[in-house]
Amino acid sequence: MTGLFPTSGENSGGGLDFITWEQAWCSEVLETPVRPQVTSMAAPRLPPPDPQFVLRGAQSAVHALHFCEGAQGQGRPLLLSGQGRDLKLCVWDLAEGRNAVVDSVLLESVGFCRASVLAGGLQRWMLAVPGRGGDEVQILEMPSKTSVCSLKPEAQARLGMPMCLQLWQADTSPRPLLLAGYEDGSVALWDVSSRKVCSRVACHTEPVMGLDFDSQEARGVSGSAEKALAVWSLDEQQALQVRGTHVLTNPGIADVKIRPDRRILATAGWDHRVRVFHWRTMKPLAVLAFHSATVHCVAFAADGLLATGSGDQRISVWSLYPRT
Amino acid sequence: MLPVDGFGFWEGRELGKVNHRMDPEVSAVRLTILEAVHILSSSEDGGRIFCTLESLKRYFGETENPALPEEQEEFARIHFSTFLRFLVGKLSPDWLELLPDGQMEELWASFFLEGPADQAFLVLMESIEGAASPSFRLMKMVQLLARFLSVGRMAAVMEGQCRQQAGPAFPLLQETLLTKVVGLPDRLGNRLQRENLATFFPQNYFPLLGEEVLRVLQVVVDSLRGGLDCSVSFLSQVLGKACVHGRQKEVLGVLVPRLTVLTQGSCLWQRVCWCLVERVPNWAMEAVLKGFVEAAPGPEVLSRLLGNLVTKNKKAQFVMTRKLLFLQYSCTMPMLQSLLGYLAMDSQRRSLLMQAGPTTHQVLKELLETWGSSSAIRHVPLVQQRYVSKAILICLAHLGEAELQDSRDELLASLMEGVKSRLDSSLPPVRRLGMIVAEVASARIHPEGPPLKFQYEEDELTREMLALAMPRPAADGPSEAGPSFALVSGETPDRETVDCSGPQAGPEGSDSELDSDDEFVPYDMSVDRERRSSKAPSYVRGCLEALTGSEDWERWEAALWALEGLIFRSPAATQEVSVELAKVLLHLEEKTAVAGFDGLRQRALVAVTVTDPAPVAEYLTTQFYALNYSLRQRMDILDVLTLAAQELSRPGRLGKAPQRGSPDPGSQPGGAVVPAWRAVVEERIKRKTRRFSKGSAGQAPAVGPNEFNLVAGYFFFPLLQHFDRPLVTFDLLGDDQLVLGRLAHTLGALMYLAVNTMVAMPMGKALLEFVWALRFHGDAYVRRGLLSAVSAVLLSVPTEQLLADLLDELLEARSWLGDVAEKDPDEDCRLLAVKALLLLEKLRDKLLPLSSP
Repeated sequence: MTGLFPTSGENSGGGLDFITWEQAWCSEVLETPVRPQVTSMAAPRLPPPDPQFVLRGAQSAVHALHFCEGAQGQGRPLLLSGQGRDLKLCVWDLAEGRNAVVDSVLLESVGFCRASVLAGGLQRWMLAVPGRGGDEVQILEMPSKTSVCSLKPEAQARLGMPMCLQLWQADTSPRPLLLAGYEDGSVALWDVSSRKVCSRVACHTEPVMGLDFDSQEARGVSGSAEKALAVWSLDEQQALQVRGTHVLTNPGIADVKIRPDRRILATAGWDHRVRVFHWRTMKPLAVLAFHSATVHCVAFAADGLLATGSGDQRISVWSLYPRT
Repeated sequence: MLPVDGFGFWEGRELGKVNHRMDPEVSAVRLTILEAVHILSSSEDGGRIFCTLESLKRYFGETENPALPEEQEEFARIHFSTFLRFLVGKLSPDWLELLPDGQMEELWASFFLEGPADQAFLVLMESIEGAASPSFRLMKMVQLLARFLSVGRMAAVMEGQCRQQAGPAFPLLQETLLTKVVGLPDRLGNRLQRENLATFFPQNYFPLLGEEVLRVLQVVVDSLRGGLDCSVSFLSQVLGKACVHGRQKEVLGVLVPRLTVLTQGSCLWQRVCWCLVERVPNWAMEAVLKGFVEAAPGPEVLSRLLGNLVTKNKKAQFVMTRKLLFLQYSCTMPMLQSLLGYLAMDSQRRSLLMQAGPTTHQVLKELLETWGSSSAIRHVPLVQQRYVSKAILICLAHLGEAELQDSRDELLASLMEGVKSRLDSSLPPVRRLGMIVAEVASARIHPEGPPLKFQYEEDELTREMLALAMPRPAADGPSEAGPSFALVSGETPDRETVDCSGPQAGPEGSDSELDSDDEFVPYDMSVDRERRSSKAPSYVRGCLEALTGSEDWERWEAALWALEGLIFRSPAATQEVSVELAKVLLHLEEKTAVAGFDGLRQRALVAVTVTDPAPVAEYLTTQFYALNYSLRQRMDILDVLTLAAQELSRPGRLGKAPQRGSPDPGSQPGGAVVPAWRAVVEERIKRKTRRFSKGSAGQAPAVGPNEFNLVAGYFFFPLLQHFDRPLVTFDLLGDDQLVLGRLAHTLGALMYLAVNTMVAMPMGKALLEFVWALRFHGDAYVRRGLLSAVSAVLLSVPTEQLLADLLDELLEARSWLGDVAEKDPDEDCRLLAVKALLLLEKLRDKLLPLSSP
């Protein structure tokens, strides 16, 4: 059973409207979406699909989504929170249907950046959060909340604020790595243990808003406030290289996610649309025009289900190119 | 046994008569026969009869002790058929059982199967037709005939006729044979009714006949090789008659493929084949040629089979160059290609297609003349126009530039005339036809001139026509199928990949190198447009300002997008500026390349009209007849009036938000949102609610007064006022017939939408007068509008009022409708007239039960 957890941040009075949709799915929050009647001339292609489900009732904009796998989530709290204006990052216990804040981390900066988690084991895991001074990234060891280090770019680099983070660990080495997208449009790869920037590539001219990395193929994708997606890769020398850019119709990408099977990826657009691409070829596959406000986040479940959360207070769930 | 005796008596008399005329020397045969007849009719001894019959078989010349040739000849010529008749008379169960194991029957049958075939066939047919209906004899004869056919004796019948050409043919005999050979299925069908054998069904018999003809042809070819003369004219007649009976497919379906192969390497076969077609009588020429054109897989084959028939035979020339092209339009495209390709293949024939200097018949010139004649455009069905157009394109593909140059001016003149009259037409298919032919033909006839280029939508037809215009590569053999097949099949594979994409998803977890792109078929992404900026005005007045004064194009666009939603949300504010807004929108020009400009403008205009109907409709209708508008604007006015009337007359409109909304609610938060969830909720309530009475559980249709009632007059009557008064720039009864057609359609629609209103009656009366004035208009589009207007009157005006006040008009209209339904060249017009007539009929049916009690 898969649960889907939205986090809403608009009303960051400290608490978080937190709904477990598991039970809700089959009952009253269901809405059958109606496709707008587009009278186009005999298009040979299939019309874009409708969402499978629409989850309403969040009552505020949805800023982050995460599919929580039931088996894995045993007693493991999920992190996510209104790390918003209250400077707090909360750790939630979701086991057995609970939703209680068990812990919280006090942050030192206010920004758009989401935290990233590197799951080591039940007892110890690593957390990357934006740190002090506007340009730092802080690495914490959880649940003890001890600060491991803080990654501060060189002063002359002028990267600006970190906008998005992703912690990961290559299979071959035990050293955790961090990919960070910065305000100046560049993506940097940090070696957390040595606190050094391994490589940096300027792939956008606007702030990087979201990125995702396919560690098996050592290829990643990032979206920014501008009108393009960038695909970059990491070679053996841990150097980032831009592989290509893909121009979009409208500017502004809030989030990018690659499906766990690494075949398609989805972007959350400021233009209210979700775009789906073929990951290997970057061929555009679908434009999902359902939301009526900025789409803030996208998430894939392990079984391929796609969820998108938007400023129109809805979460839509889609089944595209299902895995057989 | 009475009939047998009677036969015997008659036989004797016949033979006696013969005796008087015969010389004594040759009567030996006669004596033998007489004796045999005597024995057969008197004896009951099987052995004796057997011997007698066996002895007679020596006259067939195939036994070891044959009779002298002259004796054989005499037997065949004089005695055989009478003897056969006698044998038929003998046929009875008892007689056949005189010898065991069916020996007698075998022997009896052998006379029919081995003797001269033509006479045996005639006797067989005659006795089948003469036999009593369900009888032993009939059954036996029918079985014998089936056997006769199955052992290939039909070939022998025809072969006999082919060999006879030395002596004087018996025209009467040939005629009878011909009738019976071709009419066999009909005759047996009539005779046997339900007991008919499958062999005699036309679909089985005629292919067999084809095979037999082929065998005879083989014999003819062989004997020609041997230096013997033969005639194929009987075969030609058989072929002709079978084709006239409509059996081209069966006979030629067998014959043509085989002849195609046989004529490939052999001049003799070709000559025989040409001869065969040439000798076809005039009355059958058309049927035969059509069959050949249909059955031949391409021009090369046709040319091989027919030779220069068209130059030798007047009738064939008429059929091939005129009848199939101008008088009929039933040929399929492969047939037409074969036909014209055939004409183009040989220099002699080519001159029929196109020749320098004044000649009487030139196919291309006449085709173009027909195509260019404006009266033909008006009076010829569209299907035939297409046919002629395709023929022109095929012709052009076959002709070389040098040939075309010689009479370029003439060709261009008729081409241009046709293009002009077609572009004037108000029917889009006719216009498109003009464009395609103009493009292709002008490029071929006048290659150095500036190329004509029109804008038209590509569809099946245009692609087909453009493919026809490609010069065909000279090909022989299996690829003779012609390009039209490729065209059809070219469409399908694309489809299939789309359809199959669903199930063929790869195995789970397969490597990304393995997954093919086919698996990820993109969805339609046409909704992915650029998003408008958020500069849209929030009030109707703001929109008005943005649309008139603004130099800020983003704002202008945003205002256009937002306008419809704003109008519906604030009707009061709209009413203050409604006419001004309508004026601005009517004169609005597309200043930026905003997608869907026409639709946005039209929807906004409709919204204004719906919100404040009377003043806006008044304004729009006066502008319709005002000076200085383009035809496009005038037609926009008509469209807007229709759409607004439709919206106003929609039942239950007030209760709900307007249905017609933005094309894309997802990206347009300002637009009206359809409350579709309501339907879902209602559905759910219905499912969960148990009702004890099923009375009115179903959703009642939305009811309410027709809002159009109050304002219909504003929409309708001003449009009728000035149609017959031409302006400098606008002449409805002259050149601007397209708008007139649109006007007629609009009036019909308004009439239809005015159902259940008070003004329906005067509107109907006025509309019928309008229709009456224009009923003989030359343009099909106008007539269609008028006919639909009549239907609308019949539908909208209450029956009692129709009959009370409009009876005379209806009776007049009825006779006109009847005429149109029968004679109008336009198919749609005929159809509409029939529909209107049906409505009239219904009206009468409604009236009858009212008046009878």
